[in-house]
Amino acid sequence: MAIQTPNGFNLDTSGKRVVVDPLTRIEGHMRCEVNIGPDNIIHNAVSTGTMWRGLEVILKGRDPRDAWAFTQRICGVCTGTHALTSVRAVEDALDIKIPENANSIRNIMQLSLQIHDHLVHFYHLHALDWVNPVNALKADPKATSELQQKVSPKHPKSSPGYFRDVQNRLKRFVESGQLGPFKNGYWDNPAYLLPPEADLMATTHYLEALDFQSQIMKTRVIFGGKDPHPNWIVGGVPCAINVDGVGAVGAINMERLNFVSDVINQTTEFVENVYIPDIIAIGNLYKGWLYGGGLSGKSVLAYGDIPENANDYSAANLLLPQGAVINGNLKEVHPVDLRDPEQIQEFVPHSWYRYPDEKVGLHPWDGITVPHYELGPNAKGTKTNIIELDENAKYSWIKAPRWRGHAMEVGPLARYVVGYASGHKEITEQINATLAALNVPIDALFSTLGRTAARALEAQRCCHLQRHFMDKLIARIKAGDSSTANVERWDPETWPKEAKGVGFSEAPRGALAHWIKIKDTKIDNYQCVVPTTWNGSPRDNEGNIGAFEASLMDTKVERPEEPVEILRTIHSFDPCLACSTHVMSEDGRELARVKVR
Amino acid sequence: MTETFYEVLRRQGISRRSFLKFCSLTAASLGLGPEFVSTMANALETKPRTPVLWLHGLECTCCSEAFIRSAHPLASDVILSMISLDYDDTIMAAAGHQAEAIVDEIIEKYAGNYILACEGNPPLNEDGMYCIIGGKPYLDQLKKAASNCKAIISWGSCASWGCVQAARPNPTQAVPIHKVIYDKPIIKVPGCPPIPEVMTAIITYIATFEKLPELDRQGRPKMFYSQRIHDKCYRRPHFDAGQFVEQWDDESARKGYCLYKMGCKGPTTYNACSTTRWYGGTSFPIQSGHGCIGCSEDGFWDNGSFYNRLTNINQFGVEANADEIGLATAGVVGAAVAAHAAVSAVKRARTKGGNE
Repeated sequence: MAIQTPNGFNLDTSGKRVVVDPLTRIEGHMRCEVNIGPDNIIHNAVSTGTMWRGLEVILKGRDPRDAWAFTQRICGVCTGTHALTSVRAVEDALDIKIPENANSIRNIMQLSLQIHDHLVHFYHLHALDWVNPVNALKADPKATSELQQKVSPKHPKSSPGYFRDVQNRLKRFVESGQLGPFKNGYWDNPAYLLPPEADLMATTHYLEALDFQSQIMKTRVIFGGKDPHPNWIVGGVPCAINVDGVGAVGAINMERLNFVSDVINQTTEFVENVYIPDIIAIGNLYKGWLYGGGLSGKSVLAYGDIPENANDYSAANLLLPQGAVINGNLKEVHPVDLRDPEQIQEFVPHSWYRYPDEKVGLHPWDGITVPHYELGPNAKGTKTNIIELDENAKYSWIKAPRWRGHAMEVGPLARYVVGYASGHKEITEQINATLAALNVPIDALFSTLGRTAARALEAQRCCHLQRHFMDKLIARIKAGDSSTANVERWDPETWPKEAKGVGFSEAPRGALAHWIKIKDTKIDNYQCVVPTTWNGSPRDNEGNIGAFEASLMDTKVERPEEPVEILRTIHSFDPCLACSTHVMSEDGRELARVKVR
Repeated sequence: MTETFYEVLRRQGISRRSFLKFCSLTAASLGLGPEFVSTMANALETKPRTPVLWLHGLECTCCSEAFIRSAHPLASDVILSMISLDYDDTIMAAAGHQAEAIVDEIIEKYAGNYILACEGNPPLNEDGMYCIIGGKPYLDQLKKAASNCKAIISWGSCASWGCVQAARPNPTQAVPIHKVIYDKPIIKVPGCPPIPEVMTAIITYIATFEKLPELDRQGRPKMFYSQRIHDKCYRRPHFDAGQFVEQWDDESARKGYCLYKMGCKGPTTYNACSTTRWYGGTSFPIQSGHGCIGCSEDGFWDNGSFYNRLTNINQFGVEANADEIGLATAGVVGAAVAAHAAVSAVKRARTKGGNE
């Protein structure tokens, strides 16, 4: 049975149903089902969020100044981005202006997250979809050394002896029969295309990146005290600055600033000498595999982030771009307004929630979340032992958010497409240089590989932005400004009786926003629409499929029983399922919080 | 052949001489005679790595993220050389039924000899279907994996206590591991997340000494959780002297005074943050200017705002407020220091006399 979706995909549910559950190497839990035809091509895709925690209802009645700590625990991978979004929402509601230094420090912390998350995502969650560590055993260390020196002449770890040592370590590991994380991988699947030398080089960098990555987050340990889950405050940052006198050892002083600066340098070096060259090298060997574009060439959304100047969240002041592109028209970038009830709406006809009228979508200010777990009539199995889902009914713990009715992709590629379409100079240059290096046309950007490459390019750009804000911080301290917090409205007695606000950021995996309502100094309502709610969205009432689902369509799989291609494309979004949380009531039934606009 | 513990040490630059010394010290500390040194050395040189199944329930993955940030040992050494991390859905190559097959294989092949590491917790509402693995409730997977394990490590506050999803009103009825598994030793390593170096220390302790760490009555390793953050806080002298931060970014904040009045929960929180610190000693929350929020304590989400002052600290006496305490302790500490100096002087004199 073939159907065309309004967003332009031809679904055909005949053919073999293949289930991947758990879909590993992501944050949280998800399931994926596809129909694969006799041509070994995916003709139908169904993605399901398989966890739900209900954090937003837990927030109700709490102190808004505490909300960052709760929402930060939505995700420990994109740790901090929810906290930042939360303090922004509270500051928006209470009209609190933060000092410039606090803006610079927050930006440095948020950029560390972008870089760390992108790097760890590529090497530790995604690389094994492209790189075969078992095949690395066949490599000639000398040839690997030559390859390394060719793709990244500045990287110091490139001698034949170095690669021989790593290979021997790998060899002992494999021969032990205890394969650990590599156990039951798909190592003889023909979808792996790299020659052994590239596999050895990339596997070596898997280990180098694992050993290096914690360095990146030291900026957050210095400014926020720990990581994951550093500390933040409404009104600024908790770390005071003091570079003079006897008290300087009690605060951010010259030693701490040097520490951060050094970390930024090391991070930039690693990204530019290891991550970027690997992406180009691996991209070059996979550039014939351009599946997975999905919605990226049609509809993408970015809220923007990294304000140049404090307290100005307008598109012109944001260094990560803001805007929406729809229907594949790169000539027009639409402005995005998170307060407009007509723009962002969530639908639930295919989600395990219930609305009084499921034909309509609701803006987060008016959101209702009544959980309602049930399987459709054509599902196979039982309620607690799902064999196959029925996507014509409810089938996911994720709601279906839409921007003006469109299913949208968010994330690094969405940000880069918006940046490119807006004529953003730096982003355009990065994209053009990469396309030239790989000798591929612009269409190649709209693919799994494009998503993976955009993430790396963004990591590089974030390194430079980090240096920018570090310089800015030093310049202001030099000019005599050490202020890091605005406490005028710290005391709840200074707050209005009722207030509401919106905070947004770009999480590593895409556009994120929190909507808060405060009443009598307590949280009256809290709603989050997170990146994986956009990307992992199920179908909506019009039958539009979501970004994960769209990206799998028409992909050829080598061996239907081994999901390498499905993993490769879903991973390219860096899914974060713990984020896809929504509200319910205490007793688990009555929850309808009808809100006044 | 597998890379053994000995080989790992060798690769990290430890000589055979040091290795044997390590073995004899370990043997002595375990109450074993010198004749056991060679046995121990032999065991560490040849034994295969302990399989670990690392399951994820309702959680945020901050524990895994913390674990990979350990400065010593590096996570790569733990994963590749000290244990065999056979199942961990966050990093494993396999997916779907190939992943699930690993759980079945390990519980069979290594019955009684593998460690179950739990990150996150099971929800009980909706028949457990708020967390689905392989089409079934996570609770099923947890119970299966626990059935044959040697011991369970409950990573973080989710597995140990319930943490944020179990905060009021706990919509999914999420419960810690010990509420659903009763018949296995459980080591709780609370914290949101735990300190990276504490996580790897627990693993290496078990691999090195071949025993489980000594636990307190609540099931936490005594070596890291027996003292309050306040007990070893480097800002403690400011507390004792009555020097407090009164507002964010005030003069006292810039001098690094005590954060008690800003709501610091260090006085009631058992953890190693003020001693071990984070990322190889880089910093910890109080050092970076924010009070401790008590993230390793049971139910810390439901103890009022993170910025409310603690009012139930014993050493403060009854219902005294911090301003009074500040004044009082400044006086008392002054007297105590004088008394302490006097006693020390007497002790020194006695010792001297004894020696001569």
